[in-house]
Amino acid sequence: MSLPNYTAWNYRIWHYTYLTICGLVFFFLIAPLFIILPLSFNAEQYIHFSAGMLALDPDAFSLRWYEDMIYGTKNPWGLAAKNSIIIAFFATIGSTILGTVAALGLSSRYMPYKAAFMALLISPMIVPLIISGTAIFFFMAKVGLAATHTGIILAHIILGTPFVVITVTATLTGFDHSVTRAAASLGSNPVNTFMKITLPLILPGVISGALFAFVTSFDEVVVVLFLAGLENTTIPIQMWVGLREQLSPTIMAVATCLIIMSTLILVSAELLRRRSERLRGINR
Amino acid sequence: MSTEQILSSDGIPLEISLKKAERKNKFRAVMLVGPLFLFLIITYVFPIGDMLFRSIDDRKITQMLPNTFTAIEKWDGQDLPGEPVYAALYEDLAYLKKNKTYGKIIARLNYEKGGFSSLIKKTVRKLGKFEEGNYKEQFIEVNKRWGQNDYLVSLKNAAPNWTFAKYLKGVDLKYDQNGSIVEQPEDRRIHKVLWLRTLKVAFWVTIFCFILAYPISYLLATLPMKYSNLLMICVLLPFWTSLLVRTSSWMVLLQQQGPINDLIVWLGFAANDARPELMYNVIGTFVAMTQILLPFMVLPLYSVMKTISPSLMRAGKSLGGTPFVAFRKVYFPLTIPGIGAGSLLVFILAIGYYITPALVGGASGSLISNTIAYHMKSSLDWSFAAALGTMLLVGVLTIYWIYNKLVGIDNIKLG
Repeated sequence: MSLPNYTAWNYRIWHYTYLTICGLVFFFLIAPLFIILPLSFNAEQYIHFSAGMLALDPDAFSLRWYEDMIYGTKNPWGLAAKNSIIIAFFATIGSTILGTVAALGLSSRYMPYKAAFMALLISPMIVPLIISGTAIFFFMAKVGLAATHTGIILAHIILGTPFVVITVTATLTGFDHSVTRAAASLGSNPVNTFMKITLPLILPGVISGALFAFVTSFDEVVVVLFLAGLENTTIPIQMWVGLREQLSPTIMAVATCLIIMSTLILVSAELLRRRSERLRGINR
Repeated sequence: MSTEQILSSDGIPLEISLKKAERKNKFRAVMLVGPLFLFLIITYVFPIGDMLFRSIDDRKITQMLPNTFTAIEKWDGQDLPGEPVYAALYEDLAYLKKNKTYGKIIARLNYEKGGFSSLIKKTVRKLGKFEEGNYKEQFIEVNKRWGQNDYLVSLKNAAPNWTFAKYLKGVDLKYDQNGSIVEQPEDRRIHKVLWLRTLKVAFWVTIFCFILAYPISYLLATLPMKYSNLLMICVLLPFWTSLLVRTSSWMVLLQQQGPINDLIVWLGFAANDARPELMYNVIGTFVAMTQILLPFMVLPLYSVMKTISPSLMRAGKSLGGTPFVAFRKVYFPLTIPGIGAGSLLVFILAIGYYITPALVGGASGSLISNTIAYHMKSSLDWSFAAALGTMLLVGVLTIYWIYNKLVGIDNIKLG
């Protein structure tokens, strides 16, 4: 944002103050994430920058906490990662299918009581997690699914569907329904039309909804805290337990891996969003 | 004035045929929403209703002292009850003693009135020596508290199947002996403070998020695409990053030997041996929550600002307004929908926050969610946890309803 030549000096000052403020806010948003990266390579077992690290002495850095994360005898990260991936995988499939199908119905102009249904289907995102956790725990205990993978997967499907519903409905708002009518007039049945015409067009929205559902499940602590037994421990649970005891460099190593993962997911979500906008003919 | 009825190709009037087609479409739409709707009703809405039910359910003790409660129902609470009540009590207690389950009523009765615990234990121990008949005298002989009216009134108060006592406890009130509502004793008034703190933190986090988000959303909305996309990553990366990772980074930053404290000492605001406590109090909750919830304010603001044409500001200025006046009179009013959407979203999320306050908040920075979790996991007073949860839920749903009215739920933007 360059200023035109005729700008008065007081506006000039205001403009640069404004940019500085923005810079500080962006710093506040992003800097806390980057504090973790160097600390995970700490050679000592304390969570602060040693003199050696500040002097960039190579001996002050090491990969020992990553080794500890993967090979450490007492570390539960292996089991936790396995559980997290299994749970998030099935929860994502469940929420994506249920959410996409529901979004198709919600976007139909024949759908009665649209707003009320939408409000209900989105509510798991709005209701505080502690309440969802409590309620789901009582339910799962009653039907005998507490401390099972199935119970946690079902809970995560509940929490993940709102994201899929939102992203897919958003994709469908710009959807040109004449293409499905064209398909129908050419003799295609509804299922075939969906698979061959609608789905490819809304796929970016579906995938980005699925990414949201995956992240929601992969990152979810509160409900799992209530539902999980020792066998169902997940990465967030282990982080939670670790953080309650004390900050350890191994947690920093795990956190670094999670940041790398979220960066990858962010990049794919952004690419998908742009592709979706291009497909729907929204030019910006 | 008669009109020729228009017929479709198969001879049915067009109107009927159209209605039929529309009904079919409607049915199809409902069938598509159906699976998720049913799934949520069974696994989510019903359990939440069940939780609400649990918070007023007081049937356990009624089932354990059935005879006593039937007998005591007729008693007016004035003079000591007669022999039938004591006889029924003996019958119930003897049964509970035989099954060794009397422990369960102790906690419940002690909640009604302190001193019941020792009274029941003592009585049950001596129950074997009771002789047939004249139970009233024998009870009073075991412990003279059985001859005091207030213990029996408390027993009577525990009789109804349903109670709002847990809700009253949630706002530091209780039923007294006569069933009227009074304040809890001074040293037990802890929940009102908690509610107020939760509201205060949620309110100020919302305000700060707004103050921080507004300038950067404006910058993102007005910068050319190639720069704003880059800066947008600063907003979206925290948004996509695990909540625990972000909280742990704040734990690193705010700890006593952490970088922020180093900076404070280096700048000379505090001595090295008197580093301020930035964590495990309300400051920690506050700072961390503001940063974590900031993206939820930026995204709705940004999407509204993106739709405001820059020519409006130019028009305002060309009509003689200073940039400030043009901003205040033209631009700002147009962003109000975004402000409303962002603020309500942040407030809703903040009011039920659990993880961050639990990790960086300590005792003085914990919020209502933490108390609910405490009663669920540690004190095991599930009905009280359910009551607090229901109260929180009612608050959140009210705001959600307002949000839906003002913003429309289908306008929630993600990323």
